[in-house]
Amino acid sequence: MRCLIHHNRISWIRWSVFAFLLISGHIFSPVPGFSEEPAGRLDFLLPAPDKADHRQYLGLPPDQPFSLGQVKARVVIVEIFSMYCPVCQREAEKVNAVFRLIQSRPGLKDKVKLIGIGAGNSAYEVDFFREKYSIEFPLFSDTDFSIHKKIGEVRTPHFFCLSLEGNNRFSVFYSGTGVIETPEAFLDILLKDSGIQVTP
Amino acid sequence: MKTTGIVFLGISILFFGFPGTCFCKSMAFGNKIFDPGPLKPVDSVLKIKIGDTAPDFTLTSITGSEVRLSSYIGRKNVMLSFIPAAWTPVCSDQWPGYNIAEEIFRRYDTILIGISTDPLPTLFAWTRDIGGLWFDVVSDFWPHGAVSETYGVLRSNGTAERAIILIDKKGVIRFIHVGDINLRPDLGMLVREMEKLNP
Repeated sequence: MRCLIHHNRISWIRWSVFAFLLISGHIFSPVPGFSEEPAGRLDFLLPAPDKADHRQYLGLPPDQPFSLGQVKARVVIVEIFSMYCPVCQREAEKVNAVFRLIQSRPGLKDKVKLIGIGAGNSAYEVDFFREKYSIEFPLFSDTDFSIHKKIGEVRTPHFFCLSLEGNNRFSVFYSGTGVIETPEAFLDILLKDSGIQVTP
Repeated sequence: MKTTGIVFLGISILFFGFPGTCFCKSMAFGNKIFDPGPLKPVDSVLKIKIGDTAPDFTLTSITGSEVRLSSYIGRKNVMLSFIPAAWTPVCSDQWPGYNIAEEIFRRYDTILIGISTDPLPTLFAWTRDIGGLWFDVVSDFWPHGAVSETYGVLRSNGTAERAIILIDKKGVIRFIHVGDINLRPDLGMLVREMEKLNP
């Protein structure tokens, strides 16, 4: 009887510790390639963009979901936005300016790619946001918040910057919520942190 | 020992919250948003149905003007957007979306009226923090929730449901959506319903 009680006691302790770790999130080990950003569990798949020019921009084949590590670039900037977020609305023009800045520099446009993910936004809402602000870079819908949840329910707008290391591996070298002071300064800081050498 | 385990589990939940809560908070409101956590999805019984004449009401808007529903008969379709409360996560990310969609409502000759059981000063301060809204925002605070109650969207705690009611130019209810209070209704759904009124 004593043995049984002892066994039950150990079992309860084990279950309690397991529950604690599960709830606190400590039981999930970081995904390989994400050592610098614990919340940056960016190992999700996105659908291939509908538009051919967006697939070409990202260097992707048609009709196949892709992971961020497959994007043909050295650095990928991911904006987490929402059509419903007033700050994202106000910042849309600045993010467009970052995109135009990248595209205007010949030594940069093939190395740095920009995408947006609409947290909790349906395909309709993402399309509406795209048209409203004349956004040229690819935007993706995260209707059910599944990606938003996976990346740590960040507030919007939030930017992740990934350094691609080949073989579908990457590391996160920047993660931040907030507004862009100036597109030029934002890009310069990211380039500096990424280690990319830009030919003037 | 079971008690110890349960207490330990309780403490864990207290510190780290229930997994599964998922609101997308914009940084627009700083730390001023009150998060009540997941709520009972629907907590009222509708008193209207499609085909009914919409119950008329007159409520005061945050501009101080009176908004009378029947004044739009023969002129505009009307979409009523009931929300539970200002300064809460989903509501604070709902009307700002409609705020950039004014041209869609204009295209379908539809007026949008936002309704909450919050008092006027609260709605005034909150919408100012949003940055202003192009549509009327009215308070159903006193007699408390009377309009929400008439429509059958008043919850047991005195807040309104997250509900959309679309009324045509004859004053007839053409669409009702009382959704999960924890989720925002899709703008695409609202547009499709407005399209039906303007074939």
